[in-house]
Amino acid sequence: MDKINSIRKDWSLIETLIAEDRKILDIGCGDGGLMEQLENNRNAITHGIELNRDLAANAIARGFNVVHGNAELDLFQYSNNSFDYVILSQTLQAMMKPKDILSDLLRIGSKAIVSFPNFGHWKIRLQLLLSGKMPVTESLPYTWYDTPNIHFFTIKDFLNLCNEMNIVIEKSIGLTSKGRQFDISESVTGVNFFTHEAIFLLSYKNFEPIKIKSSKKVFAKNSVIVN
Amino acid sequence: MNTKFTTDTKLESEIAYFENINLKLESGDLIDSFKLAFKTYGKLNTDRTNAILVCHALTGDQYVAGNNPITGREGWWSRMVGPNKPIDTNKFFVICSNVLGGCAGSTGPKELQNGSDIAYGGNFPSVTIKDMVKAQSLLIESLNIEKLFSVIGGSMGAMQALQWAIDFPDKILNIIHIAGALKHSAQNIAFHEVGRQAIMSDPIWKNGKYFENNEVPERGLSVARMIAHITYLSENAMHRKFGRKLQSRDIISFGFDADFQVESYLRYQGKSFVERFDANSYLYLTRAMDYFDHDETFRKNVEFSHNPNKHLKYLIVSFTSDWLFPTIESKIIVNQLNSLSREVSFLEIDTDKGHDSFLLEEPQLDDVIKGFLTNNFAKIDG
Repeated sequence: MDKINSIRKDWSLIETLIAEDRKILDIGCGDGGLMEQLENNRNAITHGIELNRDLAANAIARGFNVVHGNAELDLFQYSNNSFDYVILSQTLQAMMKPKDILSDLLRIGSKAIVSFPNFGHWKIRLQLLLSGKMPVTESLPYTWYDTPNIHFFTIKDFLNLCNEMNIVIEKSIGLTSKGRQFDISESVTGVNFFTHEAIFLLSYKNFEPIKIKSSKKVFAKNSVIVN
Repeated sequence: MNTKFTTDTKLESEIAYFENINLKLESGDLIDSFKLAFKTYGKLNTDRTNAILVCHALTGDQYVAGNNPITGREGWWSRMVGPNKPIDTNKFFVICSNVLGGCAGSTGPKELQNGSDIAYGGNFPSVTIKDMVKAQSLLIESLNIEKLFSVIGGSMGAMQALQWAIDFPDKILNIIHIAGALKHSAQNIAFHEVGRQAIMSDPIWKNGKYFENNEVPERGLSVARMIAHITYLSENAMHRKFGRKLQSRDIISFGFDADFQVESYLRYQGKSFVERFDANSYLYLTRAMDYFDHDETFRKNVEFSHNPNKHLKYLIVSFTSDWLFPTIESKIIVNQLNSLSREVSFLEIDTDKGHDSFLLEEPQLDDVIKGFLTNNFAKIDG
């Protein structure tokens, strides 16, 4: 798969995760391609943020609400829970602080959609094992010294992080290098071996408030006063 | 409202007279009658939905495109406004009026006081950006335009566009805000103050009554223009344009002639400004900009506006080399609008041309304005 096709495939899978009439923030929205697709096919209200000046200018000229800015510096401006979905497509591995970004996604959106190339794919493992050099593949095509991808991680790493951050994986789609699509959660064994790219629909774990009777006040588990 | 319209053939301008209207200004003063000089370009469509108000900057006027009879040159934004231009007059009906307090035909210090044959001069009441916008809104109303499709402006024009979004959000659909800010900064006030002091220290100014002897405080006004002009450029642009090149000479004069090209250029800018601009007007309009301050109030005004404003779209543009209204000022507006989930787009254009970039050749500015207007108009036009 070339890069463009891979992104288009990514978009159409992201679209399947999104309900009608929702409000969406696309981080790294490029010239608004995904926003356009979601406006047309899902009747979505879209906002975007894009680092590249020319791409941002194109998106604005195409009539989209796009802010020219840096996701790592500028996400603070969006209010809590102000979007239904926040999308981060194929960029988490290029972020300085992926964990902070991930928590920001779920602060801003009720749900987050994150896609990334799996560094645990067998071809990558094999390359490192046999050649002893940093792997260069179709989805991670850069040499180690000029790659924008500064945080490599595998599906297993990502699942562990989600677990640690109390993030629930609502849906997950895996793609093999041949473009075959499957549900990651259903095929547990070997998933980290065969998944080339992964797309996750995430939300925060819903804490059931545990009511503790005290003399006057009722406390929830995370010690917010409920009543 | 009973508005009288005439055409001033000398000014090649339409004039709207608002008589006995008792316009209450922000200062508390009343102007019982006033007039606005304006130009229109293109045709209003039958649904009256394609009107765009362009707001001019400090020393601009209503001659946004076509011929300017005062200067004998092309209008100040003729590269942006016209048939098939980014603000396309084949598609849009463009209105531009000289601001209240200006000197190109609207009521201002240069005009005669109501019912007398003496000009206002220093007796003109202090006007603010809010007052200018209020006057514009009366003009739009008397043109029977219920809703403007867009309000567009750079610098002081951006201030007016923002004021429209605050005061009359229900009467507009979007604003294009270029090289502006929520407030006039201390540094900007400081530069304006130097300009005003230059005018007021000119012995010919005479407390604003120079017109009584048919004189103009030329020296003061031209120095004011020279210092302002420096703030509109950038160090790089100045270096690129002039460097240390000498003007009409091979060696320095060891005197105070305009040895350097940059000096000669500034002197020319000052001199030509005096021929087209009124010194008192310059005092009043710089003051109006100084008083502009929505730093603490903008977010609250948008969030709790009693007029519906959620439909409003904002396009905010800044320039990397603009040190008068730097990008950070635009980003403050963008951040506040985003925190309220408003429909805002923002672009910082990379250029070395400084604050004046919005008047100059900037293809990305053209593309963004054209696309933003065309695509958003298509959404309402069906």
